[in-house]
Amino acid sequence: MSAWDAIVIGAGPAGLAAASVLAERGANALLIDEQPAPGGQIYRGIEQLAATRPGLLAVLGPDYAHGADLVQRFRASGAAYLPGSTVWQVTPEREVWLSGAGRSARHDAKAILLATGAMERPVPVPGWTLPGVMTAGAVQILLKSSGLRADAPLVLAGSGPLLYLLAQQCLAAGARLSAILDTTSAANERAALAHLPAAVVGGGLPYLRKGLQLRKAIAKGGVKWVRHVTKLRIEGTDAATAITFESKGRTERLPAALVALHEGVIPAQQMTRALGLDHSWDAVAQCFRPAVDAWGNSAIPGILVAGDSAGIGGARAAEHAGRLAGLEILRHLGRIDGAARDRLAASDRRGLAAHLAVRPFLDRLYAPPPDILRPADEVTICRCEEITAGAVRAVVAQGCQGPNQAKSFLRCGMGPCQGRLCGPTVTSVIAGALARPEAEVGYFRIRPPLKPVTLGELADMDAVE
Amino acid sequence: MSATADVLVVGGGIQGCSSALQIARRGLKVILVEKNTAGRHASGVNAGGVRRLLRAAPEIPLAVASMRMWHDIAALVGDDCGFRVSGQIAVAEDAAGLATLEARAAEVRALGYEHEELVGRNELFEILPALSRHCVGGLVARDDGFASPYHTTMAFRRAAIAAGVDLREECRATGFCRAASIWRVETSSGAIEAPILVNCGGAWGGAVAAALGETVPLEPTAPMMMVTSRMPEFVTPVVIGVGRKLSFKQMPNGTVLIGGGHRGVPDTERDSSSVDFRKLITSARTVSDLFPIMREAQIVRTWSGIESRLPDDVPVIGPSSTEEGAYHAFGFSSHGFQLGPIVGAIMADLVTLGRTELPIEAFRISRF
Amino acid sequence: MFQRIDPGAAPGLRLDFEGRTISAEAGDTVAAALLAAGVGWFRETPVGNRARGPYCMMGVCFDCLVEIDGVPNRQACMVTVADGMRVRRQHGARDSA
Repeated sequence: MSAWDAIVIGAGPAGLAAASVLAERGANALLIDEQPAPGGQIYRGIEQLAATRPGLLAVLGPDYAHGADLVQRFRASGAAYLPGSTVWQVTPEREVWLSGAGRSARHDAKAILLATGAMERPVPVPGWTLPGVMTAGAVQILLKSSGLRADAPLVLAGSGPLLYLLAQQCLAAGARLSAILDTTSAANERAALAHLPAAVVGGGLPYLRKGLQLRKAIAKGGVKWVRHVTKLRIEGTDAATAITFESKGRTERLPAALVALHEGVIPAQQMTRALGLDHSWDAVAQCFRPAVDAWGNSAIPGILVAGDSAGIGGARAAEHAGRLAGLEILRHLGRIDGAARDRLAASDRRGLAAHLAVRPFLDRLYAPPPDILRPADEVTICRCEEITAGAVRAVVAQGCQGPNQAKSFLRCGMGPCQGRLCGPTVTSVIAGALARPEAEVGYFRIRPPLKPVTLGELADMDAVE
Repeated sequence: MSATADVLVVGGGIQGCSSALQIARRGLKVILVEKNTAGRHASGVNAGGVRRLLRAAPEIPLAVASMRMWHDIAALVGDDCGFRVSGQIAVAEDAAGLATLEARAAEVRALGYEHEELVGRNELFEILPALSRHCVGGLVARDDGFASPYHTTMAFRRAAIAAGVDLREECRATGFCRAASIWRVETSSGAIEAPILVNCGGAWGGAVAAALGETVPLEPTAPMMMVTSRMPEFVTPVVIGVGRKLSFKQMPNGTVLIGGGHRGVPDTERDSSSVDFRKLITSARTVSDLFPIMREAQIVRTWSGIESRLPDDVPVIGPSSTEEGAYHAFGFSSHGFQLGPIVGAIMADLVTLGRTELPIEAFRISRF
Repeated sequence: MFQRIDPGAAPGLRLDFEGRTISAEAGDTVAAALLAAGVGWFRETPVGNRARGPYCMMGVCFDCLVEIDGVPNRQACMVTVADGMRVRRQHGARDSA
């Protein structure tokens, strides 16, 4: 077992920024991450890309390239780094239990920062479990990490900035993008306008400009872009072959061997839930987020959360939030006092506020359609155990009052993904069935191990303190 | 606004639901109050073992009677409860363990029961081909098995409601007062009056007893479980360790459940408990020692829940020692699930006849 | 389904998939290598025996489970290809998962 001043979990922008500032100011800091190289998902593969496929940097765009600066600063900071390591337990007593290269180990720290980022909101439409159906992020990862582009008809379906970014990257890469089926509703477009002035005034103009540039580039690419789409349905027996949808009152079908779905991202909550932190329901973003203060402090002393796992803000906001958490940890360790912390934090606090200014507008504009949160009875919502929304509604009718009872009854949430993909949908479906708010319905009880660990690895751990 | 009934049952685990069901079927009006939801605690989180094997002597007659009810559980509650007659077997790893099992076999035979049989190495490895060859013998109860705790408790709950029980969840009993042969119980949703009170409060049963003037050294515990991803079928009966904590079974869906009594940390105020992984390391070693194939098994989930034990590891069952018209059934010390059916029958006997045929003297509350 | 934008940008590797040799490039995850080779599905589910391929590519969905060098339930999107790896599909409850 090893003792640290600070352990940072997650090597995305928040984690990299935090670990850098901690190590630069002399704290004994360890950064742990599952991936083999730093960058998280947003900057995934950045070091290797720069070395082997530099041409791809232009395709992926300048926002991605910024990750190189963050990673370089981290490498130079002197922080210890454990890549390829999966954290499977974090305790309130600030122990971190992890698995890497077939062995499990225990570390402890005076402070722990959870920076595990976001995951794509599950998009449960009929046929979403067919081979060939992936998230937009998955298609982007294949591009970033392996230089792969679609050469079979690819349809993008859903809404949100990542979908349009991917569309533009696909066009730049020469992929066979056949259509964008945009589920952004007219009602949301109207409602979002009310938040536009604040977005502009607060510092969100670069995001809005970027959004417009993306739209122009996509329009120039001549891709079929269908607006206000509803009733997505993917067809096929053993693989996706087509996608149907409704638009302007008509049903259409498009051939599709590859479908990239996207309805925004939500905080990854396994670790914060397993720690027993309180979570609140964000009614606009339609997701749970952990309760933390402006520095990232949770209710457990010495445990902080920063970046998208504390609430979706995007990569630049995460970087600022990571540095703020790092500075707060330095204060907590006694390396700097409160006044120094505040002084050093000033530009990151301004930066964070500026990058968050556009969020109310984006959250409103791209709020997920109701039938994604509460799908029809026939739709599989627990992919691992193949349980439908209808099955969950049926046990609610029989007396199940919440997600944990539904889990006990049906096994939803008991498969290998441990409820990651079905948790949000199970909560929303039960909320709808009981006519109660999500905050009251709650979420799966999450326990370690956060990822499966073999009995042999556990047996081989030192039992000694 | 106070509601009235013939019998008020406190606690909606399997003991409470089984008692309410069987009392209602004797023609009485029953209200059941449960402070959370039925099966939220011990009844919903235990390992699901349905056994007579290795029970303390006083429990054996009850367990034998209960097992007869398990073998026809659908007749009782309209659901098969996931009950499987898989057999249960205790495994000895050395001479000392074997001696323990031999003494036990003799004791059980002397009491007049035939359900526990010694097996030597040959039959042991026929029954458990994946067992490590260092093991030396076993004690098997061939008609024991396991069931699904949550499904079972929900089946009892459903049957109780169908039998006319007014089953109130999210309803906590906060005060107990007896006057003129009637209990008046304050709850979070109003007062309830009944001449008879049945305490099936589980880990909170001691608090209910204390309200009746009876102190019981009830200790909340949080036994932990691990479950693996699905594995190819390799073991049929439930396996119990001798001399080390282990209870091990493979479910029909291929997942393997590992328990045995290693304890986490209960919090009866917050209705929650936490898992202690240091103890699970010990559990993992025990499992891998006995079943080397399990080293490759992936643990996908752990959990714990709130149970409770008494110092002699047998429950309190029987009339209150201080008050008329009150009966207890709690403190099942991590092995109450199998007794659920018979406890309901015993409570129904006590409530309607004032006595029961089964020997419950060893479980009297006044022993403390 | 997928083609390399820049074949040969990274050193080539080989892996064995169900008895056939597949080319990969250094830095590929097993999932990326299989998709690049035209393998669309990686396993059949234990409950309904349905074909599944990768969905999230980042270790969240556990749909890309395969057997790698004899060890089942490996997330193909989380394992980097090493030369000579042996990868096999997982078939429902018959194997594991």
